[in-house]
Amino acid sequence: MQTFFQQIINGLSLGSIYALLALGYTMVYGIIKLINFAHGDIYMLGAFWGYYVINVWHFNFISALLSAMLVGAASGVIIEYFAYRPLRHSPRITALITAIGVSFLLENGMSYLFTSNTRDFPQIIKQVNYHLGGVQISNIQILILATSCILMILLQLIIKKTKMGRAMRAVSVDADAAELVGININWTISFTFALGSSLAGAAGVLIGLYYNSIDPLMGMTPGIKAFVAAVLGGIGSVPGASVGGFIIGILETFVQSIGLSAYKDAVVYFVLIVILLILPAGIFGKNTKEKV
Amino acid sequence: MKANFKYNLIWLIVMIAGFYLINTLILVGVIDSFIANMLVTIGINIILATGLNLIIGFAGQFSLGHAGFMAIGAYATAIVTQTASSPVGFYASIFIGIIVSIIAALIVGIPTLRLRGDYLAIATMGASEIIRIIINNLKMTGGAAGMFNIPQFADWPTVYIMVCLTTIIIVNFIHSRAGRAVKSVREDEIAAEAMGINITKWKLAAFVLGASTAAVAGSLHASYLQTIAPNDFGIMESISILIIVVLGGVGSITGTFVAAVVLGVLDTVLQNFGALRMVIYAIALVMIMIFKPSGLLGTWEFSVKRLFSRSKRKERVES
Amino acid sequence: MKKVVSMAAIVMTAGVFAGCSTAKTTTKGNQTTGNTIKIGVNMELSGAAAGYGQSQKQGIQLAASEINKDGGINVNGKKKKIKLVIRDNKTSNNTSASVAAQLTNNDKVVAIVGPATTNAGTAEIPNITKAAVPSVSPSATDPAYTLKKNGKVQPYVFRACYQNNFQGATAAKFMTNTLKAKRVAVYADNSSDYGTGLAKAFKKAYTGKVVDSQFFTAGDKDFNAVLTSFKSKKIDAIYAPGYYTEIGLIIKQARQAGINVPIVGSDGMADPKLAQIAGNNNASKIYYTTPFSDDVAKANPTAVKFMNKYKAKYNQDAPTFSALAYDSVYMIKQAIENEKSADSVKIAKGLAKIKNFDGVTGNITMDKEHNPEKPIAIEELTKGKVSESFNVK
Repeated sequence: MQTFFQQIINGLSLGSIYALLALGYTMVYGIIKLINFAHGDIYMLGAFWGYYVINVWHFNFISALLSAMLVGAASGVIIEYFAYRPLRHSPRITALITAIGVSFLLENGMSYLFTSNTRDFPQIIKQVNYHLGGVQISNIQILILATSCILMILLQLIIKKTKMGRAMRAVSVDADAAELVGININWTISFTFALGSSLAGAAGVLIGLYYNSIDPLMGMTPGIKAFVAAVLGGIGSVPGASVGGFIIGILETFVQSIGLSAYKDAVVYFVLIVILLILPAGIFGKNTKEKV
Repeated sequence: MKANFKYNLIWLIVMIAGFYLINTLILVGVIDSFIANMLVTIGINIILATGLNLIIGFAGQFSLGHAGFMAIGAYATAIVTQTASSPVGFYASIFIGIIVSIIAALIVGIPTLRLRGDYLAIATMGASEIIRIIINNLKMTGGAAGMFNIPQFADWPTVYIMVCLTTIIIVNFIHSRAGRAVKSVREDEIAAEAMGINITKWKLAAFVLGASTAAVAGSLHASYLQTIAPNDFGIMESISILIIVVLGGVGSITGTFVAAVVLGVLDTVLQNFGALRMVIYAIALVMIMIFKPSGLLGTWEFSVKRLFSRSKRKERVES
Repeated sequence: MKKVVSMAAIVMTAGVFAGCSTAKTTTKGNQTTGNTIKIGVNMELSGAAAGYGQSQKQGIQLAASEINKDGGINVNGKKKKIKLVIRDNKTSNNTSASVAAQLTNNDKVVAIVGPATTNAGTAEIPNITKAAVPSVSPSATDPAYTLKKNGKVQPYVFRACYQNNFQGATAAKFMTNTLKAKRVAVYADNSSDYGTGLAKAFKKAYTGKVVDSQFFTAGDKDFNAVLTSFKSKKIDAIYAPGYYTEIGLIIKQARQAGINVPIVGSDGMADPKLAQIAGNNNASKIYYTTPFSDDVAKANPTAVKFMNKYKAKYNQDAPTFSALAYDSVYMIKQAIENEKSADSVKIAKGLAKIKNFDGVTGNITMDKEHNPEKPIAIEELTKGKVSESFNVK
């Protein structure tokens, strides 16, 4: 029984990491329907930024986190401005390839400039383990779990309650109509990218701290997993991304705990396909019926 | 009928001439084994990308799982030629690869092709990853170490002929009644259904045909390279095939040829840049997409027929 | 109908021509002309294995610059300098074959160092064999890597590292004899032949009970699920073959989960970064098989010299990968000097005959299957530092 609860904790903490990344995917997808392949790499940039400022400028945790969010936001906006904006009226698949190109550029550019060696992330928060009835949880796990829950609520509030959020929703439903009623589309999309990418920057520092290992290709695997999580939850939906992240985290943990670790990704993809067959637009996605 | 025969004959002559051109260049020594290697890689990529272009460009189904079907063909050849190490065994293995990949494509396609757009892309990506992970854990396939010392039966003439064959099949499919049905599904599913077209059937037909050509490419890849591993057929391989399709122009077979050649040459030239090669490649990719958003050739298709009719028209005007 | 006819026509004509007149290029090895000896490097400088490839590149470059500083390689009384031709194979089999063709045909190198992984290495074999240029891989570990399908040795394929069976069996013996471990869990890297091959070899040689056998994939960061399930199984030790990037995290997470049993691994762990990733306090009771132990190094002036020079040049401790790559270059040098010729075919012969070669990773003798025979040691880490070395017979 203890093992079971421990596995639940493991699953939740892994899930919160996927959820944190999936939120950024879902924000960008919601507004311009682009699979932002470079999202995982912005997460990598955030981690490297944290590594650099903590080691060289001796930032504390909070300032490292906040500055990484700024760096993430800035790089997201820059990427959007140079790589995606010129393609806003081109076929979506073109933008997708551009996103892949940007992702290649960030990965290989970083490994060219700073070598692809794995580095240990400075441990500025000392890990403390709490034991609750035989089940163990660390302070960093709680930190990540709490952060992703808080961010999810925060994002939901921004989208539903603020003026900017209303603009974002309007652009996502119909960009041309939104422009007609006086919404600055460029500004709204940039803001969305800034928001989504700042989440990735924060995730970089948090996850770097948690696992203590960063490298230029670190964004690839979790990037794809997080994207799968976002799709599973219904891409474009903020609660969907979190739920999708937690489902995948718990599923992966469960598969490994019953001894099928070699097939853990296969099972995740299988469940994904099955869920999509039952709910073709994910768990929280809106299934729009086409009208004739 | 007669008119078409003329154009087919021209194509045939072009193909044979191409064959002789390459052969002569090799005999003269202009093409060394390094360039021959590049040509074979380009050829295999052409087979893969035309198949994917059929699925994405003509049937309008966004598939990200092409590498999985390629893996099936590659492993079929590797396993079969291990025991039946003869040209007959090799061709039989291609056939087996095609059959298995058709079965796999049916299993994957029948349920998932109901999905749309990005959801379909992720589902097919997942399916292809499942294929790869199963291969990675089977004993028969050598696990993660893959298989090596595969006897080489595919040299450049085999690949050349296969490129011609698969292209002929796909182009004929596109220009046939079936092709028009498939394209109507791409344009508007509801309208197509109203016209009495069975959309599931035609989507599936394109998907299966694309998958079986991918299996052929996989067989050639395995036999030419003589070594394969599950990691060759990951998400990145599917993406690199997709890049060729989009770069050439979604819905243009000519474009796919051009893009495969351009990327193949670019990649080979970049080999001289050491560690910078992927950086330059990435920049080139982003630049091409920004300045040519609909791909190098868009949906433009090279056609001998049009070439002729245009020159005829000109003659008429002049006279 | 017309389509079928035209198709058949193409197949037939093409088939006929293919049969009689397709051109084949054959060469009889590359010769060295002029005052430089060209050595190719076919290496994983980008892609999944880039971290290991770049370590090896540094070892190769150190070796080459060192040799050139001394005037070069002595070829039959005349000193010739090394010119490295470094090319990136993107950790892709396809590209590795292409790089091999380019190095042998266009750059006319007389020997190749690399690739780092078995898969890229096997992809290289057809082209180097055709060109008759030998290749020394610093770290391709699959037992069958140097062998043809019929079990005979590949004439141009060599390696500088142990093959899996030897290392796995050594670890198994160590488990039983020294650690007295009776119940062992295996947790192996499933994304390359390295982890799976070692796990297989270990299981074959280990006489105790393998309680559980699980896998992870390169790039994974979270191992808590499997470790938690290990915890409830009363194990005496964990055998975890893989690279330091993942094993470091496994050590960290195992210790934090309260699993304090010994963790035994392979030479992919022998890197200073292991303890950094795991955290020094977690890196106790860690063992790994390695050719490059501190004890061996102290008795071996070549190794001491290498370690000092490496530190001076790159400002970090030398990882095993760099040491193996460094040895690969020196093995080629040795082969050239013994054969008094820098022609590729002769170098291959020389490499096969290497005996009592004084390398950084020990005293090397090439066996019949082109595997280096060299001593193996097991190092123990305590608080992130090497505390003891064991000799395993």
